[in-house]
Amino acid sequence: MADPMRIRAQASGSKATVRVLMAHEMETGQRKDSSGKVIPAWHIQEVTAQLNGKTVMTAQWGPAVSKNPFMQFDVKGAKAGDKITISWVDNKGDKRTDEATVS
Amino acid sequence: MKQILMAGMLMTSMVFAGAAMAQKSAADGIAEYRKMLEDGNPAELYEAKGAELWKKKRGPKNESLERCDLGLGPGVVKGAWVQLPRWFADTQRVQDLESRLLTCMETLQGFNAAEIAKTSFDRGEQETIESLAAWISASSRGQKISLPQGHAEERRMYELGKRAFFFRGGPMDFSCATCHGVDGQRVRLQDLPNLTKNPGDGIGFAAWPAYRVSSGNLWTMQRRLNDCYRQQRFPYPGFASDVTIALGVYMGVNARGAESIAPALKR
Repeated sequence: MADPMRIRAQASGSKATVRVLMAHEMETGQRKDSSGKVIPAWHIQEVTAQLNGKTVMTAQWGPAVSKNPFMQFDVKGAKAGDKITISWVDNKGDKRTDEATVS
Repeated sequence: MKQILMAGMLMTSMVFAGAAMAQKSAADGIAEYRKMLEDGNPAELYEAKGAELWKKKRGPKNESLERCDLGLGPGVVKGAWVQLPRWFADTQRVQDLESRLLTCMETLQGFNAAEIAKTSFDRGEQETIESLAAWISASSRGQKISLPQGHAEERRMYELGKRAFFFRGGPMDFSCATCHGVDGQRVRLQDLPNLTKNPGDGIGFAAWPAYRVSSGNLWTMQRRLNDCYRQQRFPYPGFASDVTIALGVYMGVNARGAESIAPALKR
């Protein structure tokens, strides 16, 4: 199973800034290994962010996103104590969901 | 016609002058890049993994590393990093973090240290050491580098490290000092710290281990030195070998008083 994400969510005024660090290889499918064989693509395809169970953002990612990606976004109306849930699904069907509380 | 040409040339030279004035120095650009990435340093992922690995029962003896002595007593992690490499009475050696972890993994957990030392970086148990190094160094973040020099062996290793640092060799006749012996040197756009003295807080010795964005993984000081030797076109003396530890002592003692920011973020 994939390693956990690091999620930080900080409320300021009428919004909260969410910072997410994901652990993923994000292999492009363009690289070759030492024996000359193509390393198959392996990357996150879909990212979903939820605020108290309601989807507030979805993103479609491809091979251009770096290894161990960092994502930052603002959620309007989120306040301290709210729950932020981030999920991703990669092209092999592997998935990971982590949760954080807005502080 | 000539006048028009002249006017044209004048304009281009003015444009150039303007561009040069607006242009930031390469160092400013890199500093800005680091600032932007500071919030999302993937070294944090390694830190989290390292903290788990320290407590987890692993290896042939199914033991954790919680009784590992990093110099401040068994199990004491906070503050240990800024005092390494140092003399260890049980092994009768001066050891850096990586070689000390090898010792602990062998004596406590039953792993074969020689085999791990031969494993290539980023594979198998080497990855374990990288994660542990991230967490252990993070536990001393903000503290000042203060390597002990009380033991005769520690002082001998400093002198050995100094000799290794200035030892020229390889097809290019490079030494560490060729790049890191004077102020204000660069390789491409990277500023090179002067490691013969304290280069400042969070620079040089005080910045490693670090996450390297270009290779997408965490580099320990051992791996950093491996790459220095590669760029020198010089054979790597081997993981956790005495000469690499001696270089660590030399750089660490020189950097005394510098604030450690490890694990840092590198291009």
